[in-house]
Amino acid sequence: MRFINVIKVALRALRRSAMRSILTALGIIIGVAAVIAMVSIGNGAKSQVEASIASLGQNIISVFPGSATTGGMHGGWGSASSLTVDEALSIRREISGIVAVSPEMRDRQQVLANGLNWNSSVNGEDVTYLDIRLWTIAEGEMFTEADVNSAAKVCVIGQTVVAKLFPDGDPVGRSLRIRNLPFKVVGVLKAKGFNYFGSDQDDVVIIPYTSHLKRIARRPNLNSIIIQAESPDQMTRIQQDVTDFLQQRRNGRDPDFTVRNQQELAEAATATTKTMTVLLGAIAGVSLIVGGIGIMNIMLVSVTERTREIGIRLAVGAHGRDVLTQFLVEAIILSVMGGTLGILLGVGSSQLISRLNGWPVLISTSAIFGAVAFSAAIGVFFGFYPARKAAQLDPIEALRYE
Amino acid sequence: MSHVVQLEDIHKTYESGEVPVLAVRGVTLTIAGGEFVAIMGASGSGKSTLMNLLGCLDRPTRGRYLLGGTDVSNLDRNELADLRNQKLGFIFQGFNLLSRTTALENVELPMLYGRRHFSTREVRERARQSLDIVGLSNRADHFPSQLSGGQQQRVAIARALINEPQILLADEPTGNLDSKTSVEIMGVFQKLNAQGITVVMVTHELDIAHYCKRNLIMRDGRLVSDTPVVDRLVATEQMQRIVTAETDAKLIA
Repeated sequence: MRFINVIKVALRALRRSAMRSILTALGIIIGVAAVIAMVSIGNGAKSQVEASIASLGQNIISVFPGSATTGGMHGGWGSASSLTVDEALSIRREISGIVAVSPEMRDRQQVLANGLNWNSSVNGEDVTYLDIRLWTIAEGEMFTEADVNSAAKVCVIGQTVVAKLFPDGDPVGRSLRIRNLPFKVVGVLKAKGFNYFGSDQDDVVIIPYTSHLKRIARRPNLNSIIIQAESPDQMTRIQQDVTDFLQQRRNGRDPDFTVRNQQELAEAATATTKTMTVLLGAIAGVSLIVGGIGIMNIMLVSVTERTREIGIRLAVGAHGRDVLTQFLVEAIILSVMGGTLGILLGVGSSQLISRLNGWPVLISTSAIFGAVAFSAAIGVFFGFYPARKAAQLDPIEALRYE
Repeated sequence: MSHVVQLEDIHKTYESGEVPVLAVRGVTLTIAGGEFVAIMGASGSGKSTLMNLLGCLDRPTRGRYLLGGTDVSNLDRNELADLRNQKLGFIFQGFNLLSRTTALENVELPMLYGRRHFSTREVRERARQSLDIVGLSNRADHFPSQLSGGQQQRVAIARALINEPQILLADEPTGNLDSKTSVEIMGVFQKLNAQGITVVMVTHELDIAHYCKRNLIMRDGRLVSDTPVVDRLVATEQMQRIVTAETDAKLIA
């Protein structure tokens, strides 16, 4: 039989019991929609995590002081006073493949202005810090190299600090007080929002690291050194070089520092969301299989109901293969129809979920293609057994069937 | 005339139950082209089994069956299907039309399963011609449920004719019809036979058998009688008599 006729006959048979066909396809519709919605939401979550990791800055290697041990008590990472400005500057000079280095000194201070006060993170950084963090100035400008060299009393502030201390806005040119010292606000940062760990990145006052060390912290040692590599593939090498370089300067003493690579953090975080996506997708996949079993069930009923019809077809010269193709095509049409409607429903519902919850949703084309291919495969797989049963009927028996 | 059907010592035994059933036990028979044969017998005499064997719906357990000169006793399922499609036309007691499918599409069915592919137009054209032969071209777009029993059987005959078979096989074709419609159907068979088509039918009605040219009687799986019909009935005359009788009845009433 010509294929166009096979399809015609299949469509007619499906139309004959339209309600049943729709209910059968519903299993596949829900399955495919669930897979697409779950994978889309999962991908959205993944992209959100990746974006928030990227907002920490790209290709960043951080050097932290090691643990200080006083009277047998270990202070934990960062407690040692081991990193110096000189080391930071030497790293910049000596090691290749580095774009920027920012010596960093941070602590929390009470900041005052306009008779208001707010406890904020005061970060001493180099001029390059904003570039490393992919951060930009909204108003005014960043302090300059000259400010760093002269340990000037200038600062740029985040949006949260603006809101808390300059509620009437326009802080550039005015000053705030840290530890009773006036710092002139030269710039306001663009809002960056909360980071992956839930802390407010806009709650910050950035001053030259030299000013921090000299006027606020009043100590010679740094909190950390932030290093930006030229490209991701150089990170491991630079991490090793920095470790070697610092170790060499310690003349064989135990290392009192640690060098960390942001990539590891990013990988761990994306791996988590990836696992979630796979998990959600797998659960949705189960519903697809259940839908497939529904198709098989209905096709078996259909074969029994249409035994006489099969008998007639065999009697007038249909081969077993013709009957097999007939029922297989019917099952595939059911599942592909279900798959197509499932895509529409899946895309629609993911848009709706994204609209309602404000989650980012990334509709993945591979999930769509995958779902359609899978539903067709389900049609073949679950349609085959009933179809074969029909094809193997004995024409005489089938004709006698009441 | 050449032999269309040649059976040599055909046996058919069913092994499905505990005791093997010997449905056909040694039938030897030749049917020439252009013959019009009725196979009669009580139920269980093996006439339906013989019909299934003749129709290539079933294979004999033993013996040789030559259809148009070729041995078909040992063909496989698909080869038998092709034979049914090309060389045989089957007509059933219960019409066996596809429901919710128009008369025309029912007639087209065997052509769709042929090994040769025809264009949709060609198939439609031939189905119309076939319906024309049985006088139903004005009912082409009706569904079986909209047709009378006689009309349904005529659609089935048109379907059997569409691939221009060598032989028409009819299994109790008038079994579900009233006597007037039966005569009408026999008229169709006589007309086709007059055009040279070989017809073999199974019936248990003696008067129906009288429309044929040759009567075979089966008992216990064997042929016990093979006689030519002497006082053959002609459907058109019988129809005339029935119509006259009906009018008379109405006049009297």
